[in-house]
Parts: sequence; structure tokens; C-alpha cells
Amino acid sequence: MKTRMVEILVVILIAVLAVVAYLGKIWGWHEGFVFSTSVSLAVVILIFASLIWILVRTLMDKLVGRRIVFLYVGIAITLPLFMSIEQEIVISDEVQAIYDELEQLQPGSKVLVSLDYDPASAPELQPMAEAFFGECFKRDLKLIIMGLWPMGPQQANQAIDTIMARMGLDSTDVIYGEDYVNLGFQAGNEFVIQRMGSSFEAMFGTDYRGTPYQDLPLVRNVNNFSNIDFSYNISAGFPGTVEWVQIAVDRFGLRLAAGNTAVQAPTVYPYLRAGQLVGLMGGMSGGAEFEKLTHLEGKATTYMLSQSFSHIIVIGFIIIGNVAFFRSGRKSGLKE
Amino acid sequence: MRREVPLLITGIVGIVFVVSYFIPHYPFSEMEHWFSDWFAIVAACAIVLGALNLMVVSGQKIARRKEGWGYAIVIIATFLLMTIFGLAGGTGFRETGTGFDWLYKYTFIPLSATMYAILAFFVASASYRAFRARNAEATLLLAAAFLMMLGRVPVGDVITCFMPEGARMSDLAIWIMNFPQTAGQRAIMIGIALGLVSTSLRIILGVERSYLGGE
Amino acid sequence: MDHFGLWLAAFLTLGIYSFLYKDNPWYKLSESIFIGISAGYWVVVMYWDNFYAKFWLGVFPNEQAVENGAEPDYWLLVGGVLGLLMLMRLIPKIGWVARWPLAFIVGATAGLWMMNYITSNCMSQIQSTIMPLFGADYSASIGEIIGNLVVIIGTFSGLVYFFFSKEHKGAFGATARVGIWTIMITFGAMFGYTVMSRMSLLIGRVDFIFGDWLGLIR
Repeated sequence: MKTRMVEILVVILIAVLAVVAYLGKIWGWHEGFVFSTSVSLAVVILIFASLIWILVRTLMDKLVGRRIVFLYVGIAITLPLFMSIEQEIVISDEVQAIYDELEQLQPGSKVLVSLDYDPASAPELQPMAEAFFGECFKRDLKLIIMGLWPMGPQQANQAIDTIMARMGLDSTDVIYGEDYVNLGFQAGNEFVIQRMGSSFEAMFGTDYRGTPYQDLPLVRNVNNFSNIDFSYNISAGFPGTVEWVQIAVDRFGLRLAAGNTAVQAPTVYPYLRAGQLVGLMGGMSGGAEFEKLTHLEGKATTYMLSQSFSHIIVIGFIIIGNVAFFRSGRKSGLKE
Repeated sequence: MRREVPLLITGIVGIVFVVSYFIPHYPFSEMEHWFSDWFAIVAACAIVLGALNLMVVSGQKIARRKEGWGYAIVIIATFLLMTIFGLAGGTGFRETGTGFDWLYKYTFIPLSATMYAILAFFVASASYRAFRARNAEATLLLAAAFLMMLGRVPVGDVITCFMPEGARMSDLAIWIMNFPQTAGQRAIMIGIALGLVSTSLRIILGVERSYLGGE
Repeated sequence: MDHFGLWLAAFLTLGIYSFLYKDNPWYKLSESIFIGISAGYWVVVMYWDNFYAKFWLGVFPNEQAVENGAEPDYWLLVGGVLGLLMLMRLIPKIGWVARWPLAFIVGATAGLWMMNYITSNCMSQIQSTIMPLFGADYSASIGEIIGNLVVIIGTFSGLVYFFFSKEHKGAFGATARVGIWTIMITFGAMFGYTVMSRMSLLIGRVDFIFGDWLGLIR
């Protein structure tokens, strides 16, 4: 009963704090917070000091529980979002290759973009979509958008709205049907790509709004992959980059670059090395690199500090776990 | 009828796809187009079947007052809510500002994203509890993981800023991804491809029939 | 409505996170909403994008499409029948007919995958592995030359490791051992990338809570 009371009190406390913060946001009591560089560094030092304290406790055979690990992960992700520490993002060759490819395309070139992911992977992939769309709009490249995942076209709409707002563009600057179209989703996974090899219209009779294919000026003369100058696939799994490479690239000769979740990225490196992929953005760091190249810094760049921090915390806990392991004579796992 | 017809269908359809790879002309190209179109429709029906089956199972749970039947009501209610908004929205159901889009934005996105995001905690906890340098292989695995975790984020280069350019953590991480990692992936990839080819052949020739189930 | 939406999204997000403490009704409620909403989402998208846009308008093109030269494609009806047979699975007495569309799916996938995998994942990869060590125009750096060697040795030894029909002893065993080292490096890299991926997703959600919802992040 006592535990239940504490639980209810904690929930009430969180709710009250949330209401206060929310009211503060809408009534302008605060405009958000940011730590100065010195405070940020002090917070970093404190976190590391506490990690060392955990290491010392481990050496004294006092092990931490999983909820402490959860807490540290939460802190490592949250606090950097308030910090102001600059980090240098290094551009890898595989991301540079995508930018170079876009640079070589003539204005008016047709670029096919398939968004094969859902909101679960959006924090990693949405920044890639936004920066890619933004760069295409800057260069007057015509976008033909589709999805092998049902949520892909909706994510595309969100990405376009976001990047247009960021770039100060409106629907008269970028015209639907002429500068970009969203063909929507079609079921059938890799068979959709296979069929598109002979006819786009056969798979996408209408766009996502229900406009017939032939009424869309941008795609009216696009029959199959031979009418596409470049393509970009943003993928979180199956169906995705692997299927695009196997069918669109290897069978129909499409030039393809990819943006993948970090989980998937290592599995497509062989395609990159074999020249089946022009370039690759792997995970959020790939997105941040592309944002830097295009000067369209967005969420991926902002999140990089949290990303760095969280990695260090995971590494720290693996080291602590191993210290405990070696201290126990390499016999056992951890017991709380 | 129950076994012979499916085996025949599998064989014919499989052979058409194989032959059309080598002879992408009439009649095989035409047949391949039909099959791809049909596949899209059947795949959509399979997905709808899954959703309907979920409703049947949830309905049975409610009817029999099984444990957690209250949650089954929530499943059916939210399913109907989403379906009604979507179907009533017409072909532009996904447009910004529609009820369907509102539900997508404020329920589907947070739930779907959080479901996966929660794994971050468990990955960290599991690494702490189980990721051990027990032997040479495990140590190699651990070292590669550390290099990736540091080298693919800016902090890696901060730690190795004293090194000359080209020999920093990010360079090492990229080198590993491009060479040893690619080599291992290729070995796995080729192995899987060979296994898949033999399984596909067994299916097309009717040797492998387990997908037909019992009876 | 957006205020309510934000609070609803936050309520559901925190509901899922409450599982970190322990399994509880708030989590189960959020989970059930997720299942229902997802199923509804899929059905709606399938209806409009597939049944309507592809099947219905394919068989019965509307006036606009006919003006643009579209012709009815009656072959799609076969797909429709197969799809209908798939739905028969819900009726236990005639559920067995669902095996026909299932056989169609299995056959098509086997046929397409067989060729795709042998060309893209096998032949192309072997071809790419047997590349000039010093680069096509002898321009490779020391790192690349060593890397190319690593790719050749690693791929070959990795394949040897997967060959279980012969006992891993002697020279064969030593090669397999190099193979397992390569594969361990691969798994290590994959693990590192997996951590990166999971953390990215969590950052997105934390940004939603403290940024989009509470407005605490500037």
C-alpha cells in the first residue's frame, strides 16, 4: 500500500511539473533553457565523476542495478540537449559522394525518392529526408516521392512541410505536381520495384491525393527507371535498400544512393564497395554530415552531442561491467 | 486440390520469374507483369487479413471475458476510430489537417517511436550485464564496438585530436567499416545467398512443402 | 486541438516509458492503443492505395483516366480473386483455399529472390572482392591496399568458417579461425551501430518531451 501511495505521488508530481512547464511555454514565462559552456562542462565533469564513483563501488563489489543504468542513459541523452558545446562533424566519403552526385545533376533532373520507413525510425531518418529534399529544391531538381512502407509518403509530407518552412519557401515557390509529386504507397514490397521497371503508372495509378498519374505534369512522361536521373532510398529495413539495389540497380541500371538506419547501414556496405550504391548516409551521424554539407543544419546536427554522450555512457558501463567480471575471477555475470 | 494445386501454382509462378530474368520478352515479361500486379493485391489482402484476425481474436477475448479483455476493447475501439476517419477521409485521407492525419501525428507517431526508443535502455543495461571480454573473439568484438561507438560520433575525434589527420578515431572507424566489416558482411551475404538459392529451388521444384502446413 | 494532441502524445509516450519501472496498466493501455491504431492505419492505407487506386481504378478507370487513354486491365481481377481467397482464411470450413494465394506468394518470392540474390549478393560481391589490390590505376593508398587485402582474406576465410561439412582442423581450421575474427569485427561494428541507432531514437523522444511538449529546450 505504501509503495502504491509513493507511486501515485510521483505521478502527480510529474503531472504538476509538466502543467507548470507547459503553461510557462504557452504564456511565455520561459523561452526554454540553455546551459552556458562553462555550466555544460561542469555538468559533464559531474557525470564523469559519478561514473568513476560507480567504478570505485564496483571495485568494492557493490554493483549497480539496471534502473541506475536506465537513469544514466536518460541523463546522458537529456542534458546535452540543453548544452552549448560545439562539435566538429567530419564528412565521410560515402556522404560526400551523395552531395557530389547532386552537384552534377542538371536543374530539372528527375530524382526518385523512396521513403521506406515508419515513425519509429524517424529521429534517424527524417533529418536525412529533410536535408535531401531541401538540397533538391535549392538545385531545382524534380522530386518523385513514393514509399514501400505505408507511412513513408506521410513522413515525406512532414519532411517537405518542415524543410519548406525552414527555407522560407511556400507552395508558389515549390509547386506540387511540377516540382515534386508524392505517388503514395503501394503494397507488394520488392514486386513494386520490379513492376516499376516496366511501368510506374501500373503500380501508381494515382498520387497520394488520388490525382490520376497522367494528370501530374512532372511524371506524365516518366514511364520507368530509364526516365529517372538519380534516386535516393531512405530505408529502415525490409523492403528497402537491399531490394532497391537488387532490382532497380542491378536489373534496371538505376543510379542509387541510400540513407539507412544505423542498424541497417553495416549490412549495405558491401553494396557500397561494389559500386552498386553511389553513396550512403548511415544513421544520425550520416544525416548530420549531409546537413553540414548542404548548410541545412537541423535535428541531426543538434542531436549529435546527445549521441556522443550516450555512447560514452554505454562504453563506461561496459568497462565497469568488465571490471566486475575480471574482479570476480572471470566467473560470473552481474548480480544486483 | 489441397496440396497439388498449390504446388503447381508455386512451381509455375517461380519458374516464370526465373525464366523472365533470362528472357525478359513476351510472353514471360507479360506474365511477370501480371504476377507482380497480383502480388501487390494479394499482399494487401494478407495485411487486411492480419488486421481482421486481430479483431476476431480480440472479440473472442471480450466474449469469453479472458484476462485483459478490457484492453481488447481498447484495441477494437481504436482500430475502428482510425478506420472510420481514414475511410471517411476519401482519397486525400493523409492530407495535413484531416482527422486521420491528426491521429497519425498524435497517437501513431509517439507510440510507434517510443516503442522502439525504449530499447535504448535495454541495450545499455544488457551491455553492462553481459558484454564481456571472455576470450580473444569477444575482445575483438568489444574493441570493434568501442571504435564504432566513438569513431562515428564527433567525440571520437576530440579524444584523438593529438593524432595526425587520417589517423584519428573517425578515420579508423571508416576504415573498419569499409574493409574488415565489409569482408565479414560479404561472407555472411554470400552464405545467405547460396542458402536462399537452394531453398528457392527446393520450393519451386516442390521438394520443400512445409509452407503448406499439415493435413 | 493541438494542445490536446500534444498532451495525448505525451501521455502515450510516458505510458510506454512507464514500463521501465515495471509492467503496469498505463503501459498496457498505451500498448493496446498502439495495436489498434496500427491495424486501423494499415487497413485504411491498403484500402485507398491498393484496393481503390490500383485494383478498382485499374479495372474500372474513371472518366479522367479514360480521357488520358487508360484502358481497363481485367487481368487484375485474377489478383482480386486470389486476394479474396486469402481472406477465406477467416472461415474455418473453407480456410484451406487460402493456400492457393499463399502458394502464389511463396512461388513468386522464391523465383524473384533466387535470381536477385545470386546476382546481387553472390556474383557481384565475389566480383567486387577480386579487385586490383593497388586500385584500378595503381592509385590506392597504403591503407586501401591493406584494406583490399583484408577484404580478400576476410571474405574467403569467413566463407571457410561457414563450411561445416569438413572438420575445422589444420590449415582449414586456421583459415576458419581468421574467418571468425573477421566476423567478430563485423558483429562488433554492427553492435556499435545498433547502439547508435537505439540512442538516436531515444534522443528523438526525449526531444519531444522536453522540446515540443514542455518547451524547455531552447
